[in-house]
Amino acid sequence: MSRRVGVVVFPGSNCEQDMLEAMALVGAEPELLWHGDETTNGVDAVIIPGGFAHGDYLRPGAIARFSPVMAAVAEFAAAGGPVVGICNGFQVLTEAGLLPGALQKNRGLKFLCAPAELRVESTDSILTRSAEAGAVLQVPINHFEGNYTCDAETLAQLRDENRIVLRYVDNPNGSVDDIAGVCNAGRNVVGLMPHPERATSELLGSTDGLALLRSIVA
Amino acid sequence: MIFSVHVEVRLRPGIADPQGSTIERALPTLGFDGVKGVRVGKSIRFDIDAADESAARAEADDLCRRFLTNPVIEDAVIHVEAGAAAGATS
Repeated sequence: MSRRVGVVVFPGSNCEQDMLEAMALVGAEPELLWHGDETTNGVDAVIIPGGFAHGDYLRPGAIARFSPVMAAVAEFAAAGGPVVGICNGFQVLTEAGLLPGALQKNRGLKFLCAPAELRVESTDSILTRSAEAGAVLQVPINHFEGNYTCDAETLAQLRDENRIVLRYVDNPNGSVDDIAGVCNAGRNVVGLMPHPERATSELLGSTDGLALLRSIVA
Repeated sequence: MIFSVHVEVRLRPGIADPQGSTIERALPTLGFDGVKGVRVGKSIRFDIDAADESAARAEADDLCRRFLTNPVIEDAVIHVEAGAAAGATS
């Protein structure tokens, strides 16, 4: 059972406190992991939260991937440890090569901050195993570079291996094949642009993010 | 020996370029009707201290692949010239 959850903080991360609160809500014992420490501190799961790590200079995630903590995260992921990247965290994971593809500027060149509907396409991943297949979840998006792209061969592989875990019902940003979230071949590394930690209370307009976050500690 | 390097980072062919297409759509309003295929990239300049030009090029190549570009969506064209770039101050 995964209980201790590490939330990575880079200079410019801005969702780590929300993430701590949200993970405590689903019964985890969350703690922060500092980007400059080359360790995951023995946690049971790692979350890379949203924000603008290293100011998004050069490309989102391009500099964050060289942080000392990322070597430890890569090692943790290779050993089968659950790793979830949300928004900027997804961008970091693609730059680090832990997930395929890349995230480009949104079609329409607008920063998008809005509720989004996501369909659970596969429950075979660390982030969706407690969700219901086919369920439509209300989870907000908040990004400028969330337009998922990959080559045709990678896309075919993602489809064949059922690794597109979440799709937008109404594609907001131009992502290929309406992709909102994907997992790695081991299904223990997941990246998604929407923010489940912002859909954890009726006061926030939705509690649909809880099913996803519960999966991490299921 | 110092070499000046100019890297042009471009989106790979077939990768959608929302900035390029937005610029392209704006051009006719200014009367530029014949402009097509607008692509937006980045231009990065730096100096490298290396034994010779091929060593400088190899290093620039390596750092482009590992850092300056994301090979999933971008290509780089690398220009190397002997001597520090004029006006470089850092």
